[in-house]
Amino acid sequence: MSWDAIFDPLFFTPFLTGLLFSLVLPVLGMYLRLREEWLAALSFAQLAAAGSLAAAILEAPVLAGGLIVSGAAAAVKTWISRSGNNGYALLMIAGWGASILMLSNVPAADHLGHALFDGQLYFTGKEHLASMAVFLVVAAGALRWLSRPLLLERIFPDFFRANGRSPTRYHLAFDVLIATGLALATAAIGVMASFALVFVPTMIAYQLGGSWKRSMVIAAAASVVTYVVAFEVALVYDQPFGPVMVLAMGLAAALAWAVQRLFRPRIARDRSRGLT
Amino acid sequence: MDAIAEEAIRDPVAPGRTRAVPPDAPVCVEFRDVEAGYDRPVVGPMSLRIHAGEIITLWGANGAGKTTLLNAVGGAARVFRGSIERSASVRISHQHQNPLPIRGIPLSGRELLALTGADPDSLPPVLAPLMRRRLSDLSGGQLQLLQVWACLLAPVDLVLLDEPTNNVDQAGVAHLVTAFQTARKGRAVLLISHDRRFVEAVSDRIVEVVRR
Repeated sequence: MSWDAIFDPLFFTPFLTGLLFSLVLPVLGMYLRLREEWLAALSFAQLAAAGSLAAAILEAPVLAGGLIVSGAAAAVKTWISRSGNNGYALLMIAGWGASILMLSNVPAADHLGHALFDGQLYFTGKEHLASMAVFLVVAAGALRWLSRPLLLERIFPDFFRANGRSPTRYHLAFDVLIATGLALATAAIGVMASFALVFVPTMIAYQLGGSWKRSMVIAAAASVVTYVVAFEVALVYDQPFGPVMVLAMGLAAALAWAVQRLFRPRIARDRSRGLT
Repeated sequence: MDAIAEEAIRDPVAPGRTRAVPPDAPVCVEFRDVEAGYDRPVVGPMSLRIHAGEIITLWGANGAGKTTLLNAVGGAARVFRGSIERSASVRISHQHQNPLPIRGIPLSGRELLALTGADPDSLPPVLAPLMRRRLSDLSGGQLQLLQVWACLLAPVDLVLLDEPTNNVDQAGVAHLVTAFQTARKGRAVLLISHDRRFVEAVSDRIVEVVRR
């Protein structure tokens, strides 16, 4: 298998775009899993797809449609102050239903629908890369501000109330960050690949990591390595990127599970030494 | 129903023991005829002043309403009558009697202490190895010790501790007693415990809470 194709000018921009997604989505996923809201990834991806389809039907900018619908859902979810997966499950069902109805009744949306659900990273351009690069910088800054409050609220749930403070602004900022990231990701790599990048690397990191910081590194590393392999395989064998990425993530999860089962004592020892 | 008034609990724990807090120390939190509960009042009326640097233990039988009083200070229980007066600038840390909700979260001991702002170097050397271990790899007693430490040595004005010695062995309790002496510098502590020896070792006052 030759790796030259990745550096072909035709595919290098899509490769870089996906690489940035593979770095940032697992880090966001760490906090979603912390809040037991990992279903948010699938929910916002479905809603972004529905928004993009609606925008295409209305002949409006597709990316803006996805961002508006998923952003509005984030605001509503924060406003009704419901945490956990229940609210996200309802939003996901609504997004899926609306998308399928639009695909069934508007033939013009069919092509975009396939791109959103199959994940056609190769068709992304410089505007996707630029928007993703901007999002990466914003997300890095936002997470520096959000990390401690989100962890504190999860581990010491009464901290904010006991000190007369409200965590709502942190919730809103985080939900909007997730909605934006997932809307951008859905437009580039599709619904299920976006979900897989949020869900699987964090699942691996939660199993193997000995601390929060090291788990974030494990999640990002597992994601990037799996992404690069999936991109190359899909390119060489001329397959749609989304399904290959999802299957690669499934294999990565199985591999991590086997490693944990086989080397459990060593992992525990390394954790106690601060090595993982 | 027995009302607990400030007059009834003014004396220190042991006869002849020197009160550690000067009488003119600022009041951190004041209970005024407080009746607290969730759906209905389950404890009180109670009046109590907690001064800066003071360690007070709420003592009483199971179900007397001690945890409810702590929760009322932290805002998790409702005050039906009376009031709890505290300055808006008073910062609070609260250790619950339930284990930390860490299910599967990859957090190390050092990261736990960093969350509340407690100084990791305040741990005695024998407990230092807990700093780099994942919380879910610790025993119940070790986790409890770190949880109490994170709250007790956080940069706050009032520490609420609910059964801090649960699951902790004698050596751990001895470390906690030492930590209380460090913690009292600038902090008030409102404590619930059924461990009489521990209570007598750390408390300036013991307040009995009686079931309604």
